[in-house]
Amino acid sequence: MKDEVVVRIDGLHKSFGPLEVVKGVDLEVHRGEVVVVFGRSGSGKSTVLRCVNFIEDPTAGSIEVAGIRLEGGHRTRRKHEQIRQLRLHVGMVFQQFNLFPNMTVLDNVTCAPRCASRGSNAEIEKRAKDLLDRVGLADKAKEHPIRLSGGQQQRVAIARALAMQPDVMLFDEPTSALDPELTGEVLSVMKTLSTELHMTMMVVTHEMGFAREVADRMAFFHEGRIHEMGTPEQLIESPTRPETRAFLDAVL
Amino acid sequence: MGEAWERLQLASARVPFRLKVAVVWVGIFAVLAFVGNAAQFDTDWIRDNLRYIVGGVRYTMTIAVGGIVLAIVMALLGALARTSRNPVAYGIAGFYVSFFRGTPLIVQMFLLYLALPPVGRNLAAEYTWLPEGFDEALLLDIGTAGIIALGLNYGAYMTEIFRSGIQSVAGGQGEAADALGMTYGQKMRRVVLPQAFRVVIPPTGNEFIAMMKDTALVSFLGTTVATAEVFRRAQLVGKADFKNLEAYVAAALVYWGLTVIFTFLQARLEKRIGRGYDRAHVAAAMLAANEQGQPRGGGAVG
Repeated sequence: MKDEVVVRIDGLHKSFGPLEVVKGVDLEVHRGEVVVVFGRSGSGKSTVLRCVNFIEDPTAGSIEVAGIRLEGGHRTRRKHEQIRQLRLHVGMVFQQFNLFPNMTVLDNVTCAPRCASRGSNAEIEKRAKDLLDRVGLADKAKEHPIRLSGGQQQRVAIARALAMQPDVMLFDEPTSALDPELTGEVLSVMKTLSTELHMTMMVVTHEMGFAREVADRMAFFHEGRIHEMGTPEQLIESPTRPETRAFLDAVL
Repeated sequence: MGEAWERLQLASARVPFRLKVAVVWVGIFAVLAFVGNAAQFDTDWIRDNLRYIVGGVRYTMTIAVGGIVLAIVMALLGALARTSRNPVAYGIAGFYVSFFRGTPLIVQMFLLYLALPPVGRNLAAEYTWLPEGFDEALLLDIGTAGIIALGLNYGAYMTEIFRSGIQSVAGGQGEAADALGMTYGQKMRRVVLPQAFRVVIPPTGNEFIAMMKDTALVSFLGTTVATAEVFRRAQLVGKADFKNLEAYVAAALVYWGLTVIFTFLQARLEKRIGRGYDRAHVAAAMLAANEQGQPRGGGAVG
């Protein structure tokens, strides 16, 4: 089932007032695939990611996740609920972690499955502890997030998103807010998601080492469009577009 | 002269600031005592009547607590409406806040107590399909009218406090809850409101203390002698004995005492809810944990 499409983005446009940030993006992500999205700030890469789970409402175009297809444009009450159903299939990890400071680490991870009644409390808690173990933070379950380092917080955020057993994980610059010595622990957890769980992932990042190692495909965003797309070897070693080359020269 | 002044300043520098402030307070009370004495302030009368006036604290507090409970409920509903994208909820809340902030509390009390009952009677006479007893339904007793007026009035002001509390919760929190597929109710109950309440508790305490003093306005609705609150009781006994000075000073002292007590309690509560969030507190806890885990005297050096 390697060819099963988990995320299908079709003719996506997004404007903020008069400013058009995304100007027609088409992208398919297959099950188990890791797509790294990169490009200059303001190129629309984060916005596309945030449109996939309707944190931003697309102005036009459509998004399909796990067979749920939704058009952009105005929200009706019915669509509001459909968006929520779609989100249950999508995990998201934010640049600023966004852990809930009023809850313990364990409660952060169990909160959403409890809200969605995904099994008994004991099952949910067991799964949450397994996930915390997977990200190497089983001993921090009873702590509050403020007592963790940035890298630890981001790993909890990954466990929190995984707890919903999503079909795809979105990472929006997951290491950009971290001190350099803490990015490694987050990237290595992300790598195990791909190698061990075969998780489908869309990752906005400038970590080219991670991209080279983990990505199946890379998409370079420029002025609201996918400017160039290919395998990491193609894009990093021999980009065809001058904009891609200029950007890579700047970050490598 | 100049030298003496300088010596005085140097001597003064050695006296703690708080002690000087205390001396100022003692001075103020001394002046007040002197004036009171000159005005033939009757302390014996106060001693005889203070018990009765303090007895009103029960009703004062009943009205204040009832009022703040209603105000918190109204403020919560109002704030949720003011932060929602629902035009009906937003509109109703906007009208509510505008009206109750735009008219005097005393007018609202009289509207509820005196102006509303005829509305009930007339509506019941006009529309016979209304349930039986509707003509009496808007007839409130004084305490209830006072509680409702205070609750609605303070609720309007507190709507703005709660709204800013909700808006103070970082936008990323709501996004994270949305991304996890939580419903609006789940997001508010589990993520946003618990964080907003922390911000809102101190100003709510201030509102409660302010309301405690505004309960005195209820006496203008004509409280019965048996259930009179502090101000009304002072008025009753003061007028009867021609001891207005003593009576109102006693009432003022009772309100002041209550305020001091609740300000103290509020400060303790604030300290408590700050725990777990307060970075200094967390840092101290982490330092303590580290010291416990390491051999004393710094094993790394040896």
